[in-house]
Amino acid sequence: MARRITYMQAINEALAQEMERDPTVVVFGEDNAGGAGAPGEDDAWGGVMGLTKGLYHKYPGRVLDTPISESAFIGAAAGAASSGLRPVAELMFVDFFGVCMDQIYNQAAKFRYMFGGKARTPMVIRTMYGAGIRAASQHSQSLYPIFTHIPGLKVVVPSNPYDAKGLLIASIRDDDPVIFFENKVLYNVEGEVPEEPYVVPLGEAEYVREGDDVTIVAIGRMVSMAEQAAEHLADEGIECEIVDPRTTSPLDEETIFESVENTGRLVVVDEANPRCSLATDIVARIAQNGFDELKAAPKMVTAPHTPPPFSPTLEDLYVPDPERIAAAVRETIGSGVAR
Amino acid sequence: MTEVAGASELSKEALLEAYRTMRTIREFEERLHVEFATGEIPGFVHLYAGEEAIAAGVCAHLNEDDYVASTHRGHGHAIAKGCDVKAMMKEIYGKADGLCHGKGGSMHIADLDKGMLGANGIVGGGPPLICGVGLSSKVRGTRQVGVSFTGDGGSNQGTTLESMNLAAVWELPVVFVIENNGYAEATSTNFSCKGLDIAKRADAFGIPGVVVDGHDFFAVYEVAGEAIRRGREGGGPSLIECKVNRYYGHFEGDAQTYRAENEVENLREEKDCLKLFADRVTSAGLVDKEELEKIDEQVKTLIDEAIEEAKAAPAPKENDLLTDVYVSY
Repeated sequence: MARRITYMQAINEALAQEMERDPTVVVFGEDNAGGAGAPGEDDAWGGVMGLTKGLYHKYPGRVLDTPISESAFIGAAAGAASSGLRPVAELMFVDFFGVCMDQIYNQAAKFRYMFGGKARTPMVIRTMYGAGIRAASQHSQSLYPIFTHIPGLKVVVPSNPYDAKGLLIASIRDDDPVIFFENKVLYNVEGEVPEEPYVVPLGEAEYVREGDDVTIVAIGRMVSMAEQAAEHLADEGIECEIVDPRTTSPLDEETIFESVENTGRLVVVDEANPRCSLATDIVARIAQNGFDELKAAPKMVTAPHTPPPFSPTLEDLYVPDPERIAAAVRETIGSGVAR
Repeated sequence: MTEVAGASELSKEALLEAYRTMRTIREFEERLHVEFATGEIPGFVHLYAGEEAIAAGVCAHLNEDDYVASTHRGHGHAIAKGCDVKAMMKEIYGKADGLCHGKGGSMHIADLDKGMLGANGIVGGGPPLICGVGLSSKVRGTRQVGVSFTGDGGSNQGTTLESMNLAAVWELPVVFVIENNGYAEATSTNFSCKGLDIAKRADAFGIPGVVVDGHDFFAVYEVAGEAIRRGREGGGPSLIECKVNRYYGHFEGDAQTYRAENEVENLREEKDCLKLFADRVTSAGLVDKEELEKIDEQVKTLIDEAIEEAKAAPAPKENDLLTDVYVSY
């Protein structure tokens, strides 16, 4: 049986293997060693979640702690990427991007275009997203749609350990800036992960489950929610096809379209808020380019248009769950026209 | 022969090169001022005239593989770092064979092959980038140095202050040059910096900071040389505040009613870095007046040609809209 490791271990392994392969790969962020200048262990933490633990002593001088100065060190990632390194910066929670957005959307994302194609900006920003650990409004958002909107950025949202490793390796080797979204609830989820390095290409969706009745597009943690819903629905005789885009930018529109051609029905599950989100984007693109294939109006299952709440009772209501997904699927089955 | 401070290590060729750089920037900017008024140049243009001694004095110490990160007032830095003047002019006119193929314009002129990391439309955008250059040099062991130019306005951005601290913490081979031209857009440094020396902020980060007369090429050359050598030899970052003046407004079209009457006329009379340079090198007998006049003529011809060629150059094609960025939709 293939080796099983967690989503977090898979990401650590991708970092280690890329640092081993390429001496220009450097890792930095707040507490990425975790103990710089302190009297105790100089790598006490290995990141706030311990994800980068072990890299500091293995790759001397290439794992750096930073002051809590996101503008400076995210901008430094862009400058380093422009001058010979492949930095992987960690920006702890996606909620914190507000303090350094300029360095991402005005600087890194635009260099290649503004400079007439002469710049390469091979940098990755790893960040945690998503609700589910009672971290409240400023540590729980799913802001990948904001970055998906910005030309020049690539946006990756892995849903399982295998993809996390392969997509991170692909991201580090990519010459464009990549924002790599790690779901904090998935960190301890185990899956089969090959020991050798491998690449999962950016912009290639995956069929997670095949079925002929309804297409469910889900990303990140929502993939497992969709799988649970599909199990229940199979008992009712409804066969769901689940497509995981894996990256929101580039988006593998063709695979989604191919599935909708097969099923004629579409449900998009997105942990982000409902306006200008991945869900609205995919539904809009299918409405524009695949309207004739649809047997019923597409459905969106998303967080409500509220900040993530703190109370466990409320947070559990906030995140889309298998019941809501199944209900949306039943609605789309029960409505529409014969084509 | 009179002693010229800071000039002792400069050969005659280096002096003439410095003068050529400053004269090229001046002529480039003076001509842009005239041409902009005709309406033929699109967008925003911010002129560097008056500040030439800083770009020339700093960049004289830099190798081609060293980097500079610039500002919205970036033409001077680009010229001093060796960017092609004619390609720059075409870029400002938005033409296909401009330095950035017409996609950047005045505010984003860049040439990474020359170590020019870009003019920058965002005030305070450059200092974080130069920290990355410093990190890259340090990790790869290349002894490259990065210099960020920032205005007095940009000195009050969090990015600049964060970057000075990060550079100090990581002991990076970088130099933060503050070009204090007295105005952040229309707001005086007497207001926005309380009239205090920005260089003193270096103390708070534990790095060296000095104030220098930004009109004086030799003074800039000397302090920049020291800071750049320190960075290259592993001594960490430095801050240099150059007190200087600009001859034109924040942007072309700025009526400059916030300035004193005759302010610019007086500056041109008393603080012209080119005049100061020429007086000193000729009176010291280091260079003949005729040699400088010959450069003036050559530069004028170069800029005439640059303007003429830029006007005649073809615009980008429709297909160019979608190149140099991945598009998957």
